Amino acid sequence: MRRLSPGRLALGVFVVLVLAYLMIPVLIIVPMSFSGTRFLTFPPPSWSLRWYFEYFGSRNWMQATQVSLIVGAATVLIATPMGVAAAYAIVHSRLRLMRAVHLLLMLPLMVPIIIVAVGIFFVYVKLGLIATIPGLVLANVMLGLPYVVTSVVAGLRGFDPTQEMVARSLGMNRLRSFLAVTLPQIRPSVLAGAVFAFISAIDETIVGLFVSGGQYQPLTKRMFTALRDEIDPTIAAISTLMTAVSFLLVLSTMSGRRRRGA
Amino acid sequence: MLLLASPALLVVLALVVVPVGWFLGLSVYDGGFTIEHYRRIFVEDVYWRSFALTFRIALVVTAGTLLLGYPVAYAAARLARPWDVLILLCVVLPFWTSVLVRTYAWLVLLQRTGLVNQLLTGLDLVGEPLALVHNEFGTVVAMVHILLPFMVLPLYAAMKKIPDELILAGASLGGGPMHVFRRVFLPLSLPGVVAGLTLVFVLCLGFYITPELLGGGRTIMVSMVVSRNVELYNQWGAASAVAGVLLLAVLAVFFVVGRFLPLDRLLGQK
Repeated sequence: MRRLSPGRLALGVFVVLVLAYLMIPVLIIVPMSFSGTRFLTFPPPSWSLRWYFEYFGSRNWMQATQVSLIVGAATVLIATPMGVAAAYAIVHSRLRLMRAVHLLLMLPLMVPIIIVAVGIFFVYVKLGLIATIPGLVLANVMLGLPYVVTSVVAGLRGFDPTQEMVARSLGMNRLRSFLAVTLPQIRPSVLAGAVFAFISAIDETIVGLFVSGGQYQPLTKRMFTALRDEIDPTIAAISTLMTAVSFLLVLSTMSGRRRRGA
Repeated sequence: MLLLASPALLVVLALVVVPVGWFLGLSVYDGGFTIEHYRRIFVEDVYWRSFALTFRIALVVTAGTLLLGYPVAYAAARLARPWDVLILLCVVLPFWTSVLVRTYAWLVLLQRTGLVNQLLTGLDLVGEPLALVHNEFGTVVAMVHILLPFMVLPLYAAMKKIPDELILAGASLGGGPMHVFRRVFLPLSLPGVVAGLTLVFVLCLGFYITPELLGGGRTIMVSMVVSRNVELYNQWGAASAVAGVLLLAVLAVFFVVGRFLPLDRLLGQK
């Protein structure tokens, strides 16, 4: 951008407008959540924390939050090692079959989620996994795997495998050489994959709609059912908190990656 | 090596391949082999109208994201620090905000007393507040917003691979900025365009939350037909046949595009 020609100015204005369109809906929820009234006008006529009190004081919302956090944490703990192992196999195997394996692991991102949700509902009914925590965790592990695999495959491809071979030639076995030499160097991509799997589990709505119930409903399912009926300002407070968590996680993984120059 | 990948494979087999296969089996097996459910999709206009609506919305949203996303990706790829980081942040942060939250935000923005209507009536641009939501318009506006990052990120990745020297060479050979853009930059960014178009279009076909909450019960996209047939009407065969056609459409898009672009690269954007 050396000289400001009319064309460049127009492009700049257009880009700024599109970025505003991207960011405003995400940020508008924040002032709304501090509104003192039930009606979501902007700017709010008065300010208060009542919707936050409403949220933290409600047994239903707290229970749902607990379910979401437990499911999110369990998803990360299971999906991350699974995804790292699969990514390692994909990158290091010379089998042609591995391309198919890679593609198969991307399937959760390819098949429309509603079809997966109804299918899982159907299978869970037979297995008695409806309205259970393990049922939710299992589904979210499946949905989170592609993020871990994608991130770690990229990390491993940018890493020189001969370092691991050196460690093995010095007498370490394959697992130990991976843990001691490779893993510390691909840590940012593993962390990024884990964070994305966590966010994906917290945000997951559609499978939860079909397979969760009773006291084991995730936050998003309760939000969705509440939104079908009315625009409840409590949801603005919850949305603000959820967005803050996502922002913090994404920003910290991004800056972590930049620090390590990857 | 296959052993290392087997836990992950097992999860995907048990929770995608088997359930989806089982569910789709219901479309052709209903006490015996039948194609009745598929016949009904083509005969009864509720079904094909929903497919037509879904394809129309998918086309509009895909075109919208390309129109808005290309200049943004271009700016991010060509600007220096810190502007490129700032632009990417504005794309990535909404990307990782819950779809449900973003849909809710649009509900708040577009309602009768919402910010957009307040602005329009406040500036005397309209007399009465407009019906901006609970219809197809609101659905499309929110879907473009939600899917825009899926367009910008692959575009940016493709544009970042175009060497600066090529643009300089074009200019030094006497091409004006527009000419260099059209003859050098645009063709080289096409892989990104194809990847973005594919991702956005395919995701549109299966969209559920946004049309359900912003469509006002009239914008019935295909995913909603599937869920309604299961939840409300208990029509498993019909739901399954609709899902079958939807999946076929999605896989057809991936198959065609996969012949030009490796799918693992295509799906690795998020």
